[in-house]
Amino acid sequence: MAPPAASQRYPSPSQPSGKSEVTDLKSQLRQLAGSRAPGVDDSKRDLFKKVISYMTIGIDVSSVFGEMVMCSATSDIVLKKMCYLYVGNYAKGNPDLSLLTINFLQRDCKDQDPMIRGLALRSLCSLRVPNLVEYLVGPLGSGLKDNNSYVRTIAVTGVLKLYHISASTCIDADFPATLKSLMLHDSDAQVVANCLSALQEIWSLEVSHSEEACREKESLLSKPVIYYFLNRIKEFNEWAQCLILELAVKYVPSDSNDIFDIMNLLEDRLQHANGAVVLATVKVFLQLTLSMTDVHQQVYERIKSPLLTLVSSGSPEQSYAILSHLHLLVVRAPFIFASDYKHFYCQYNEPSYVKKLKLEMLTAIANESNTYEIVTELCEYAANVDIAIARESIRAVGKIALQQYDVNAIVDRLLQFLEMEKDYVTAETLVLVKDLLRKYPQWSHDCISVVGGISSKNIQEPKAKSALIWMLGEYAQDMSDAPYVLENLIENWEEEHSAEVRLHLLTAAMKCFFKRPPETQRALGIALAAGMADFHQDVHDRALFYYRVLQYDVHVAERVVSPSKQAVSVFADTQSSEIKDRIFDEFNSLSVIYQKPSYMFTDKEHRGPFEFSDEVGNIPITPEASGDIVPAQQFEANDKDLLLSTDEKDDNKGVSITGSAYTAPSYDNSNISSQMQELAISGSATSAATPQSSFDFDDIFGLGLSTAPARTPSPPLLKLNPRAALDPGAFQQKWRQLPISLTQECSVNPQGIAALTVPQSLIKHMQSHSIHCIASGGQSPNFKFFFFAQKESEPSSNYLTECVINSSSAKAQIKVKADEQSTSQAFATVFETALSEFGMP
Amino acid sequence: MCGSFSFATDRAEVPKGSTETFFRKVKFWKEDGNAEAPPIFNVDGVNYFHVKVVGLYFVATTRVNVSPSLVLELLQRIARVIKDYLGVLNEDSFRKNFVLVYELLDEVIDFGYVQTTSTEVLKSYVFNEPILIAPARLQPIDPAAIFTQGAKRMPGTAVTKSVLANDPGGRRREEIFVDIIEKISVTFSSNGYILTSEIDGTIQMKSYLSGNPEICLALNEDLNIGRGGGVSVYDYRSSSGSGVILDDCNFHESVQLDSFDTDRTLSLVPPDGEFPVMNYRMTQEFRPPFHVNTLIEEAGRLKAEVIIKIRAEFPSDIIANTIAVQMPLPNYTSRASFELEHDAVGQKTDFKETSKMLEWSLKKASLEFSSNITKEAGPVSMTFTIPMYNVSKLQVKYLQIAKKSSSYNPYRWVRYVTQANSYVART
Repeated sequence: MAPPAASQRYPSPSQPSGKSEVTDLKSQLRQLAGSRAPGVDDSKRDLFKKVISYMTIGIDVSSVFGEMVMCSATSDIVLKKMCYLYVGNYAKGNPDLSLLTINFLQRDCKDQDPMIRGLALRSLCSLRVPNLVEYLVGPLGSGLKDNNSYVRTIAVTGVLKLYHISASTCIDADFPATLKSLMLHDSDAQVVANCLSALQEIWSLEVSHSEEACREKESLLSKPVIYYFLNRIKEFNEWAQCLILELAVKYVPSDSNDIFDIMNLLEDRLQHANGAVVLATVKVFLQLTLSMTDVHQQVYERIKSPLLTLVSSGSPEQSYAILSHLHLLVVRAPFIFASDYKHFYCQYNEPSYVKKLKLEMLTAIANESNTYEIVTELCEYAANVDIAIARESIRAVGKIALQQYDVNAIVDRLLQFLEMEKDYVTAETLVLVKDLLRKYPQWSHDCISVVGGISSKNIQEPKAKSALIWMLGEYAQDMSDAPYVLENLIENWEEEHSAEVRLHLLTAAMKCFFKRPPETQRALGIALAAGMADFHQDVHDRALFYYRVLQYDVHVAERVVSPSKQAVSVFADTQSSEIKDRIFDEFNSLSVIYQKPSYMFTDKEHRGPFEFSDEVGNIPITPEASGDIVPAQQFEANDKDLLLSTDEKDDNKGVSITGSAYTAPSYDNSNISSQMQELAISGSATSAATPQSSFDFDDIFGLGLSTAPARTPSPPLLKLNPRAALDPGAFQQKWRQLPISLTQECSVNPQGIAALTVPQSLIKHMQSHSIHCIASGGQSPNFKFFFFAQKESEPSSNYLTECVINSSSAKAQIKVKADEQSTSQAFATVFETALSEFGMP
Repeated sequence: MCGSFSFATDRAEVPKGSTETFFRKVKFWKEDGNAEAPPIFNVDGVNYFHVKVVGLYFVATTRVNVSPSLVLELLQRIARVIKDYLGVLNEDSFRKNFVLVYELLDEVIDFGYVQTTSTEVLKSYVFNEPILIAPARLQPIDPAAIFTQGAKRMPGTAVTKSVLANDPGGRRREEIFVDIIEKISVTFSSNGYILTSEIDGTIQMKSYLSGNPEICLALNEDLNIGRGGGVSVYDYRSSSGSGVILDDCNFHESVQLDSFDTDRTLSLVPPDGEFPVMNYRMTQEFRPPFHVNTLIEEAGRLKAEVIIKIRAEFPSDIIANTIAVQMPLPNYTSRASFELEHDAVGQKTDFKETSKMLEWSLKKASLEFSSNITKEAGPVSMTFTIPMYNVSKLQVKYLQIAKKSSSYNPYRWVRYVTQANSYVART
């Protein structure tokens, strides 16, 4: 019997302080122990209850142990149960007591009443005293053979408990084999179910040291075993059904008939009222049909309705779990759900975590046919009392606008938001309008006229302010008072706390200056002066850079800062498709709720039973290994841009395109130049700071130059191709084909470990040594990387490496596979050298 | 809210102090702008699951990447089993019966694996007797209060009897309750049209029959299932057609569906305790019990007039109770005044200064009434309960209990109730 966790609470003054009451109880129990008077069991019960209630509130009642055991020599099962609860709590910490307890429990394991046999056995196995495991083997052995099914179910779980206390004792007693035969022959469904869960756990843990366990584990997935379970699935209770369905997911069907047989067998499970059963069934269906596109699609159609019913019939919490799974499916196959959009409308009394999911789903399924209705509905939420949801709804409208071809109506709605005059609505909308303009510059006219009417004073949020400032700079020629609004903002430079906003102010002032020099000149001067004096490094650097590039040549400055732009066609998705696939593979698990693959939030031993993640077929693919051979660095850069969602990137993108497409008002160049001179004069206040900064700058540069050669590794024996390329598919294939030519363990220096907070740091480092990462994963302390490299002279000679780093032990395990095995030692040396330099300055 | 009862039924893999971690997290949840903690979250590698049932938190923790639905269903089921045994679920009944609760949990979960959640099966393993809370000590629960607690699933109406309880005479009263509970969601547009409407229904059963007799439950013969599910046969039917068309439904595991396709009867051997026989969902058009009309008119620069008209659309012999109308007003609203119709009795109006919420509650409603309120605002929402009335027209035609003897005639209670889920009129 499981003990209650002792509460942390201290007894309050009104509660018994302990001592005297416990002594009192002790003497009362002693009196009753020997008594055979009628009604004595009732008084005992009351006393036992008192003892247990003291125990739960944290009073130490271990001193009455002997009396409790004595009193339990009775046939009253209620007393027995309370006593087991009690001894379970105290025996663990106290070896003397545990021996006493074991004797008492062993005796009860032979009781006439099967209830008592079962309970005693369960308490015995729950004691978790490692040096007393030999006392468990006997009772467990007879428990497994007991003619009462209750005792057998407990014994089966007891075997698993024993395995966790002492694996060798459990294996030596040959319990797994006994469980296997029980699993296949016992008449009681719960005994069978417990055997299945125990065996799954035991064999999964044994796999690493025993070939046999590996075979046994495989055999659970064999056709006869799977069908044995599936054919009698209705005999099991709903929880055991989930267990069986989870097993069936792992089964590899032999042909399409096999697939249809299983699906027909499980069809009615979709009508179960228990969401867990339905989701487990859905997972089986989805996994089985992955390779059959049309059937897979039919499965989506089939599961839609049952899932929607579950969403609306359970508690909000249950709905949430189901809805998270629907969310995953909707995002994967939006077209299948396009006509069901009304089901994802928010209800006013739903918790915000449900509403948020629904908004994302509505965004995903919006298409030509339903956009109007969906956007109309979303606009209603924008006025919602729940501000977080109102914001999300506006963002959703914006996202839909960005993914649609016909945006007229949506733009109108967005502009109407601006008229609502609610601060947060305006803020969210501004950010969206900015993104829209980047994608659909043709809308600038309509948007700008509305945006121009917004007073910058009402906007406080940095993101929104930045968006407004960006538009002021970008469309300065269309907004009559743009220079003055900017000037106003620049004059309040000191009060502007957000560096992001200040950066945008600098850029906007520049852009505005190119378009309307006379009006902006003063503002730009102030902005540059303030920027160069700014304590924030980025702001300071940007101001300095602008100042210099203006000094160098105004036209160059214009080409750099305000080139003509190409409209953004697609905004990058935040999650790579590999991650999404990975989450889909982990359907019906927490991965779906957190929208992350399991390796991101849980360590390996807890990923659930039956995790085959060691084979290379399941390389944990991280974003940097997306599709082609994007070097990790580059991908990360993209990601960063996305996160910032600002526009420096495309501000600079056009540089190479040419400045000729530029269509600013035709101020003649001499005019600008003369303005420049004035600017230089008016900026004289800043000149004092300038030489100092430029000195710093040169210094940094010089330093960079002098250290750079030192950092390049001394020429290794083996020359690797710095631009080697290999796609992940080819890598996987090669990894499967090639034998391991070398396994090595080496240590990683402490600086390296310190730098390894994220896998990316190592990936970059190795790349500088011409060793490229194809996939990586894991979390502190365990990281896993797959690298590849190519001989510079022969591109066909590849080296594939698996590198597992444990940051707490500072050790790295390397497995090398090579086309040219004779050179693998040379490669390993290069690899090790590179690794040893990781984190070194 | 409640003190914590923690049960180390699992495998000691979760650190001590997780109870504190949980409460701290839930109480001060502020992530991504949401004030409400989601039912599942992860702190330091430990996953916390919780469901809230009548103000009590049922929490589970694990480090394993488990099926979230399984854990949440289980917690919900545990709450139900405990209620079946204690009769009433509240902090007080928990305190008085903690040994019984331990006993139950011990049999429900062993070493992290669910053994059984059947009230029936558990009866043979559980030996403590519940200490029942005297009815007098129960707070007088307004029937509607149960319905409007926010939880979507209704607790079993007025039945607060433990499955282990006997009547004062020592004899068990043979009875069975069948409740058809429909939660309806309707959204009216600002001009009174119905934008969306849905019925989520449950046929809930609670049996106190001894000897597990088989039961037959006959539903409407013209019941059809599967609308929009590819079969377009019924699509041409208008809503006034005689058939009841469910979009979809699911069943409790004890239900035998052998004759369901032919004569729409469900047969089952009801296990002890409360359980849903069938859940169903319907989007077929139906006549909403109340029609809500809202009109907002500017009446001067700093003043506006809101007229809310609510018209009951059900027969006058049916009485709805505890109707409440809520409407959020803008933040800058300083004052609201109300005008009710002259003959309005038992109505209360209130303007909640802090939440800027307008509230109007009615004890009974059978006909039309309207009210004038001052100042503009957000959607009008309504909550209500209408006993002995259901909008879907789904019916239990008869309830047959396999007879043990000619004198065996247990009480059968078939009750209907309609309840607002999300009943909103936009302005």
